[in-house]
Amino acid sequence: MQVVRSHQSHRSFSSSSGSVSASPTLPLYRSAPELEVRLEDFESFAIDRLRVLKGISDGLSRGKKPDEMEKLVNELWKTNMRHQDSSQVLNKDIISHFVLRLVYCRTEELRKWFLSMESALFRHRFRNQTAEAQRAIMEEFDLPCKAVSNAEFESLKDKLGQVARSIGHNLSLSTTDAIYYKVPFEEVPELVTGRKVFINQGYAYVAMNQVVSLVATIFRSLLSKALILTNRKWATSIREQEQHRLTPIVEALCSSYLGPDFSQPKEYGEISLKDIDQVAKSSFPLCMRHLFEKLREDHHLKHAGRMQLGLFLKGVGLNVDDSLAFWREEFSKKVGLEKFEKDYAYNIRHNYGKEGKKTDYTPYSCQKIILSTPGVGDHHGCPYRHFGEENLRAALSRMGVNSRAMEDVMGKVRNRDYQLACTLTFEALHAASCDAGINHPNQYFSDSQRLLKAKKDSST
Amino acid sequence: MTRQGAYKESDDMLIDEPKLPQQGQIAALPNEFNPSYLKIYYSKLFPHADLYRWMSYGNDGKHPACDSSYLGRREFSYTLDNDIFVRYNTFNSATELENSIKDKCPLKIDIGPIYNLNPAHRNAYAGDNVLTPVERELIFDIDMSDYDDVRYCCSGADVCLNCWPLMTVAVKVIDTSLRDDFGFRHILWVYSGRRGVHCWVCDRKARRLSNEQRAAVADYFRVYKGNENNYKKVSLMGQVLHPFLARSYTEVLKEYFETKLLTSQNLLSSEERYEKILEMIPDQSIASELRGKWQESRRSSSAKEDINIVRWEQLKQLLQKHKAQGVRRCVEEIVFTYTYPRLDMEVSKHMNHLLKAPFCVHPKTGRVCVPINPNNCEEFDPTTVPTLIQLLEELNREGLRSDVEGEWNKTSLANAIKLFRSSFLQPLLKICKEEMESSYNAKLQQSKNLLSW
Repeated sequence: MQVVRSHQSHRSFSSSSGSVSASPTLPLYRSAPELEVRLEDFESFAIDRLRVLKGISDGLSRGKKPDEMEKLVNELWKTNMRHQDSSQVLNKDIISHFVLRLVYCRTEELRKWFLSMESALFRHRFRNQTAEAQRAIMEEFDLPCKAVSNAEFESLKDKLGQVARSIGHNLSLSTTDAIYYKVPFEEVPELVTGRKVFINQGYAYVAMNQVVSLVATIFRSLLSKALILTNRKWATSIREQEQHRLTPIVEALCSSYLGPDFSQPKEYGEISLKDIDQVAKSSFPLCMRHLFEKLREDHHLKHAGRMQLGLFLKGVGLNVDDSLAFWREEFSKKVGLEKFEKDYAYNIRHNYGKEGKKTDYTPYSCQKIILSTPGVGDHHGCPYRHFGEENLRAALSRMGVNSRAMEDVMGKVRNRDYQLACTLTFEALHAASCDAGINHPNQYFSDSQRLLKAKKDSST
Repeated sequence: MTRQGAYKESDDMLIDEPKLPQQGQIAALPNEFNPSYLKIYYSKLFPHADLYRWMSYGNDGKHPACDSSYLGRREFSYTLDNDIFVRYNTFNSATELENSIKDKCPLKIDIGPIYNLNPAHRNAYAGDNVLTPVERELIFDIDMSDYDDVRYCCSGADVCLNCWPLMTVAVKVIDTSLRDDFGFRHILWVYSGRRGVHCWVCDRKARRLSNEQRAAVADYFRVYKGNENNYKKVSLMGQVLHPFLARSYTEVLKEYFETKLLTSQNLLSSEERYEKILEMIPDQSIASELRGKWQESRRSSSAKEDINIVRWEQLKQLLQKHKAQGVRRCVEEIVFTYTYPRLDMEVSKHMNHLLKAPFCVHPKTGRVCVPINPNNCEEFDPTTVPTLIQLLEELNREGLRSDVEGEWNKTSLANAIKLFRSSFLQPLLKICKEEMESSYNAKLQQSKNLLSW
């Protein structure tokens, strides 16, 4: 067994020597560790951590609520990040993180995923730290926030209480609850978004229990910058240097864990224009069916709707010419052929990477669709989330969901398990189970087509 | 009346400077917007120098801290005749900017972000995504057509004095919050030329906000979540309202709803209209009670009191006494639905979003996109905003009287330009200069300290 000083590959992107973590159990990954790692551990530590991150990703896309996620994260961590030598637990944590940085720094899509999962992980672990450890971490992060003085607190007490009550935190304003931090509003976008803080003259007043947000934002931004640097180092030197040792491991680690992104349509996903109405009825998930029906009805869709449906159709196998024909057929009924060519055709070609900066856009996943914000005149988004109950019931029964399944589906919706609701719909309509759960509209489509094809094949 | 010597398109080709329509032909000018009049507008009235100074943010001076590349990294887009759209125009000086506009005569000028490098050089660099926005004003776009479900006087592209108060409300609510809550000071409100308003927040801090931060501010302002797929468009949860919403309600929304919109829009006068409001009440028995009352009395008993006001009082009486908070809160939810600002989220969230420049002329209405003073926005009247034709007529009338300020000072555009300068541009440039000097001095001090080691 080789003792490999693999940390040499890390040292190239650390700014200072390994810092002592502010908290004894939660490292901040500010700089690469001065550690030796065995080659087998290099890979296995990373795989263990990847299981945790993948578990978090699954949990999030199933719309699990914060307390469920908390439990999930704890379980995942306990199960996967153990080490028989308890003194090595922290090292495993640090090493696995840095290895995965190498794996996930290499494209925008990978970085985004890694960033989201690591931030979610950090956020949950931070919550479980002691108040002392939390304070130490905040200091370490140089949080530009100051504790609000007693005098200022007194003058703002009413407003602060109002905000707390408006978000359902019944503060008794005891001594701990009276601790507020004052921070420039741009440091806490998540709190600003939901109107969860009192903002005055550019400062947000953050309650102690909201501090998690603060810290998580900083963690995320530090990691984001680090990933870019790591990518640069990877591309310019590490990949080459390590091509016989670490590189193959790094490259293999990544592809085994991400779900397909449906940017290259599969063979049984090819549809032709003449079949599209039929196939929409039988295999489109509700979100896409709704957009499709609205398009047929109104001969128009707003931009976000065109993106969501258009990219889905691309993923399903509609090529650029058929796509143009499809949209042209509908839009020309409302805006005329000329206006279509002038205003809309360009964007469709853009989606296929034929114009402008030639990015080949990938179809939206459920997570992305659920998080969108349809407004006036919009029909995109996830119907399980964005429709009122009556409208959703009507839409589902038009799809053919029976009344018993309907109640199960609505139950999931009420619990905000939107993807599970869609999965149940799928199962009810296809009379088959979908164990993996629906994570992506194109997955719904291809699973549906596969089932229908199998039925057709078995009956002939 | 014949149009003697009427302005002919062909004249344009022969003469260097387009001929102003002659005296006495004022009545003969066509009412539609005529792109060839734009040439005159850009040559005599459009405030090129002001635009230049604004966009330079103080970098057009001689101070050593000035960044001479600053303006050149700003994108301008033109919409030309025949719907040709040209992006990534950049300029390095006031004359370049002015000459380009006069030469190209764009139907519309859009302002984009400041990039990390001059967009004109974007193809010189290898790799994707080399061009990234680094600064951009925080912008908002409020469009009357997003309120079509709560106004009955007009729809789509039209606006009138009965629904314009919705824009007044939007300006008041957002402007107050931008200043009091977010601490911004350099805010420009502009009439969009037809049916809405734009807002430009130009503080340095605002220009440097990331997409995520912009989205957070836009979301902070967001209340209305409606479209035809859900009937409950406004949902105000929580025991009490957030102070921002509470303040907006007590200072602006309630008053405008009860004293203006309720009556001017006849929100409760007919069954179709009051059903929309009754639909929002979660307690069916109350809704039925009101429905019954209103179906009986088709006319208000006293001829003096407007029927909408009478009915609103009845509704409030029943709802506000209810023990369930969700029912009591319904009153505010209705008011918010019918008055609270509806922003276009996408415009604000992305640094690279283009937005029309102030002082453009709207091609469909001929009106100039003039600034609106938020301090007296209730007096702004979109139906009296100067039009291109009107300005040309005024120029005609004033003839050759010279004006040291510029031709615009002889026309109705004068007030708009003066407002732009006094309430927005001058304070902004003053601050830019101060910030530049103080950061420069700080750097000097720093390097002095280093050298003294």
